[in-house]
Amino acid sequence: MTRGRWGLMAALALSVVVPLGLDQYKLYVLSLTLVYVILAIGLNLTLGYAGQISLCHAAFMSFGSYAVAILGQHGVAFEIGLVVGVAVAFAWGLVLGFPALKVKHHYLAMVTLGFNIIVFLVLRNWESLTGGSFGISNVARPAWGPLSFKSDRAFYLYILAWAAVVVASAYWILTSRWGRAFRAIRENEMRAEVVGVSLRNYKLMAFAIGAAYAGMGGALFAPLLGYIDPGAYTLDRSIQFLMMVVLGGLGRFEGPFIGALVVTVLPEVLRGSEGLYLIIYALAVILMMLFMPKGLVGLWDLAWRSSRSRTSPSISSASPR
Amino acid sequence: MALLEIENLTKHFFRLSALSRVSLSVEPGELLGVIGPNGSGKTTLFNCVTGVLRPSDGHVRFRGEDITGRTADTVYRRGIARTFQLIQLFPEMTVLENMLVAAQEKRGTLLSRLLRREEAETATRALVLLEFLGIAGLKESLASNLSYGQQKLLDFGMALMSDPQLILLDEPMAGVNPTMIKNLIGHILELNARGYTFVVIEHNMEVVMSLCRRIVVLSQGERIAEGTPAEIADNPLVLDAYFGR
Amino acid sequence: MADFVQLSVAGVSIGAIYAMAAIGFVLLWQTSNTINFAQGEFVVLPAFAMVLFFVIFRLPFAAAMLATVLVSTLLLGWGVKQLLVTRLLRMGVLPLVIATIGLSLLIRYSLQQFWTPLALPFPAIFSRDPIRLGTIVVSLEEIGNIVFAAVVIGALQLFITRTKLGWAMQAVAQNRTLASVLGINVSRLVTITFMLNAALTAVAAILIAPVYLVKYDIGIGLGLKAFYAAIIGGFNQIRGALLGGLLVGVVETLSAAYISSHFRDAFALVILIAVLLLKPEGIWGVKEEWA
Repeated sequence: MTRGRWGLMAALALSVVVPLGLDQYKLYVLSLTLVYVILAIGLNLTLGYAGQISLCHAAFMSFGSYAVAILGQHGVAFEIGLVVGVAVAFAWGLVLGFPALKVKHHYLAMVTLGFNIIVFLVLRNWESLTGGSFGISNVARPAWGPLSFKSDRAFYLYILAWAAVVVASAYWILTSRWGRAFRAIRENEMRAEVVGVSLRNYKLMAFAIGAAYAGMGGALFAPLLGYIDPGAYTLDRSIQFLMMVVLGGLGRFEGPFIGALVVTVLPEVLRGSEGLYLIIYALAVILMMLFMPKGLVGLWDLAWRSSRSRTSPSISSASPR
Repeated sequence: MALLEIENLTKHFFRLSALSRVSLSVEPGELLGVIGPNGSGKTTLFNCVTGVLRPSDGHVRFRGEDITGRTADTVYRRGIARTFQLIQLFPEMTVLENMLVAAQEKRGTLLSRLLRREEAETATRALVLLEFLGIAGLKESLASNLSYGQQKLLDFGMALMSDPQLILLDEPMAGVNPTMIKNLIGHILELNARGYTFVVIEHNMEVVMSLCRRIVVLSQGERIAEGTPAEIADNPLVLDAYFGR
Repeated sequence: MADFVQLSVAGVSIGAIYAMAAIGFVLLWQTSNTINFAQGEFVVLPAFAMVLFFVIFRLPFAAAMLATVLVSTLLLGWGVKQLLVTRLLRMGVLPLVIATIGLSLLIRYSLQQFWTPLALPFPAIFSRDPIRLGTIVVSLEEIGNIVFAAVVIGALQLFITRTKLGWAMQAVAQNRTLASVLGINVSRLVTITFMLNAALTAVAAILIAPVYLVKYDIGIGLGLKAFYAAIIGGFNQIRGALLGGLLVGVVETLSAAYISSHFRDAFALVILIAVLLLKPEGIWGVKEEWA
């Protein structure tokens, strides 16, 4: 087996075994990080690989969360709620893809931003469906008959399983010709079209798939917290995902992992410094951008430089603008 | 039947008329040259044919099918490929990846695409073309790291990936050293001999005169002359367009 | 009817302040492709500075105002540009965006931690006594804000359209490469734009301090409003940002009075959707050509 494969097996084994020994809070943070990795992978596909600006990732996330929560209230199985949430997110991702065909970058930022605000306001005001500002509590964790994932450890493993599915599917997509087409669009849209890449189809797909991943993340997020309210899906949240993807490394496969880890775990690590932790975090973000504007994945590259094989150029050579 | 028929093609930009009722046809297997002073509408012509711009009026027919106003990717899939005056590549992707992007949108069933059977064939084809052009050794280099001449060759290679029936070259010799020019001319002639049809925009008169058997001249968006290199060289209208006024 | 006019005046009054923040925002975008997520905090910081100079040091109002504008221009204009923008702008839009997000967090939580998490009261600049104009009652404060803002925005407009520097700004906004080829020092111009923005937000801060309370977290809402105003009004024209700001102010005030809190959001929503669907470049925005 190649070194990469060993590394993967090891990572997988570690991620299953190690967390089981952690205390409840640390396990929660780790579970949350996994959920955010899923979300970040989605945004990285849309923004990092295909170059389409999406500032409404939190809105797509909310579709997953609320689908699971609302359907759960009516006794529907979690997995069905998840599928519904992903489908709704996918559909809205397609819808958001259409402006991407017509308007230039900064307008796309505006449109997606506007969409985020719209969804937030709808969530807050459609009380009969979403519970308004109060949200929905007691979101049930999945259960397969007698096998319940209610315990934190069991649910962590459940999230891990779905995360593995997401990572595998993202890897498959991004190393395929689709991934190449996305990157071509990001690098030179006009040329891409002239060599046969249908901008329309691929831009819509970039949005839709990214949104679907977000929906999946949202669906897992709801039972992790146990309750949801519109405040979790504001513009701030979308910006948080943006930070993850840029800090980690846009358009790089490892980016979302690094980014989600840093954005989720760093504030926790700093928590000991009392009120200063947010200030230190903010300074850290600024410094990271100043010194590693292409993302922390640069450090990762340095560590692996000598052993980097060129067998998968479409991943390792993908670097953001 | 002509391979490409352009009929009364017109393109306005606000009040500027970039193309004015230009008509021409391209026969299969031809090597047609398009010349004219700067701003005569040559690149605009290419842009309108390939779907980068939408013509204001007129028609473009390829193998009998009306492709006027279709998107660029549709035109490409019909079999028309092109290169650009200002080199357009995918800078952060490798040479091989650049070639692969140009190949991928061809036929194949969904299943075969899912199973990626075509990937290997496409990669082989790309390597063969890169060999033909002499840049196979650079296949893992980033496109942005190539020299100008190498980028030109890559641009050319990308245009060949889909096995197009018509290849539009926009100033392929611009900024290229004499050795490379001979190189490129050689490639073009060899491909033409194999049956590929070319339309070439060029400023380099020597190249045009030696490469093309028929030449069309544009000036200020209009077609002003057509003929063999000898005829064009003597045509007073042509001389006027370049040197007069 | 009188109510409506009064409320509209109040709306325009606060809208004018929003407009200044929105205009600065648009200026930054136009000349340097910067999406300044810290624009709200660019108002909060000078507001705190104003408290420092006017309330704590008890400087006369004009002096305090001058000091605030100077501090803001230096720190948030020149300082931010030299330290952050110059380096990051080369890397594209996104790294700078993230940096401004970090900056907004830094300013916000530094103020909370090192100054106070509490709201600081600020004395009114203009008197709040009612003035009667026929059946309509307005306050000097409202009129004062409108006049003040109008003067500042008017001066800005004159600067941009009548001075060489202003023309240079327009040139850079339209085509940066061409502008630099024509001999315009683009970097210096961007610095000037940042300084202008900081001055604008400082003025906005001075006017808004008596109206809102000066608190570390009001930047979130203000920043969002500036953004919203720019989206609706027009992201690539100053008059767009002006219109957007005024609209936000008026809609906010009127809907607070006439529409129940239930539907207030929906109203803002509908406007946003309408603009995005019908004219995504904003009401007074200009459609940009496909490159």
